[in-house]
Amino acid sequence: MNSLDKDLLIKIADLHEVPQGAYNIRKNGEGVERHSTANIEIKPKADKPGIDIIVKPGTRGESVHIPVIITAEGLEDLVYNTFYIGDHADVLIVAGCGIHNPGKTKAQHNGVHKFLLGKGAHIRYVEKHYGEGEGTGERILNPQTFLELDEEASAELEMVQIRGVDSTKRETKATVGREAHLLITEKMLTHGQQLAESEMTVELTGENAAVQIISRSVAQEKSKQTFYPRVTGFTKCRGHVQCDAIIMDQATVRAIPEITAHHADAQLIHEAAIGRIAGEQLIKLMTLGLSEKEAEETILQGFMK
Amino acid sequence: MLELKSISYLPEGEKKAEPILRDINLLLEDNHFYVITGPNGGGKSSLAKIIMGIYRPTSGKILLDGNDITDLSITERARLGIGYAFQQPPRFKGITVEKLLSLSRGNKCVGAGCNYLFEVGLCPKDYEQREVNASLSGGELKRIEIASLLSRDCRIAVFDEPEAGIDLWSFNRLTDIFEKIQQRKDVTTIIISHQERIFKLADEIILVAEGRIQGKEAQEGFLEKVINKCDCRKECQERV
Repeated sequence: MNSLDKDLLIKIADLHEVPQGAYNIRKNGEGVERHSTANIEIKPKADKPGIDIIVKPGTRGESVHIPVIITAEGLEDLVYNTFYIGDHADVLIVAGCGIHNPGKTKAQHNGVHKFLLGKGAHIRYVEKHYGEGEGTGERILNPQTFLELDEEASAELEMVQIRGVDSTKRETKATVGREAHLLITEKMLTHGQQLAESEMTVELTGENAAVQIISRSVAQEKSKQTFYPRVTGFTKCRGHVQCDAIIMDQATVRAIPEITAHHADAQLIHEAAIGRIAGEQLIKLMTLGLSEKEAEETILQGFMK
Repeated sequence: MLELKSISYLPEGEKKAEPILRDINLLLEDNHFYVITGPNGGGKSSLAKIIMGIYRPTSGKILLDGNDITDLSITERARLGIGYAFQQPPRFKGITVEKLLSLSRGNKCVGAGCNYLFEVGLCPKDYEQREVNASLSGGELKRIEIASLLSRDCRIAVFDEPEAGIDLWSFNRLTDIFEKIQQRKDVTTIIISHQERIFKLADEIILVAEGRIQGKEAQEGFLEKVINKCDCRKECQERV
């Protein structure tokens, strides 16, 4: 790996050296480094590009890093990764994709992630997307994430896209079983002419299943964002959708939350708000000695934290 | 020394030609303790915002130690040591109390900033990591706002109705803080207030009504004059 690769890895996965635990590093459409542990096995899929990550039941406190970096133009990378999380396992999964497009043609990564969580299993999944490059070639990321949570399983997803990705279309689908909990936090900052679309479909199928979706986004310049979070409750369950966007310049934000209940004990709530940074907020920070620009950055930083 | 010379203020874009402030002349000495009072809508908050630079006067000048600061921005005035605590402070999603206090201290030692939380009756342990968002009650937010100004290294501190929205117990504690500030005499304090206990701390009380300074004098006997000067009740009774 060269210094550009290392720089991208720091940006998307906070990786300053080879990670501890299991990992798979993919560069320009090929696996370049892979490591399994006694409890976490990573093996390439036989039928299509991608890997299977198998976490043994009861595995606790271990981590899996699966970053992807793209440093070439004209590359369209499609990868299928499937996570089998054994019963009562508890692991951290750090994914993410960094694109450095040096040329004129597009560089695209479509990651299809599937998570199958056993009974009582827990994951924290952190995904960061980032794009850069001196070329005019587009940087495109279209992730698809599918989750199935068995009884009493829980998953926390943190999906962040900050700067540099020209176009993204995210799709997240989940089914949540009895007593299982899903928390999805999505943070997005778009600028320039960027387009971002995020579609989420969560089905609460087991009794006392719960989901919380938190979307925080900032749309700057002429960028356009669309959010479709959808939650359906089939039994006694709880769902909460919260979309919050700061709009700036000539940007466009659409938030279309949808909740559907098929059961009288389904408690579903959605909230959506779009607004500019309040003048009072800027003034308050300026009275503390910050310039208007610093005040704006402080407010955005806090909002996207 | 802060000097306001012939300050008038008519909000931009307002067609009604009724200025909020008319020909205000005011001289505020260093390290004195001033209380501004007067009826609602009389121009007190506008006057405070003119000092901070949040409002720009339509005419007149503001001088700090003889230097004209009329055209300085809010940021520039803040950097000269002017501070302002809002009557209705804004909320921030994602910014913690600790972060706000560290910003107000110019990113210096956060721990010391949090001592001010204690002074306004909030336990730092419970509040440092909380976000300054809608989860805080109005009273909590107001006390954090006051702490954020107390923690600043100001030479002129303006408090816009610090007592508004604060419960009686916290208010007593707050007046103790203002008492300490008054005794230390190391900052020019300007408090907009309607509270007698605050009046008692004042070197001078300034009465603002109908956009004008109606009086500026030491506190003795002031209350009576205030009540007599405010003749709206009389007018009302006469009409009945």
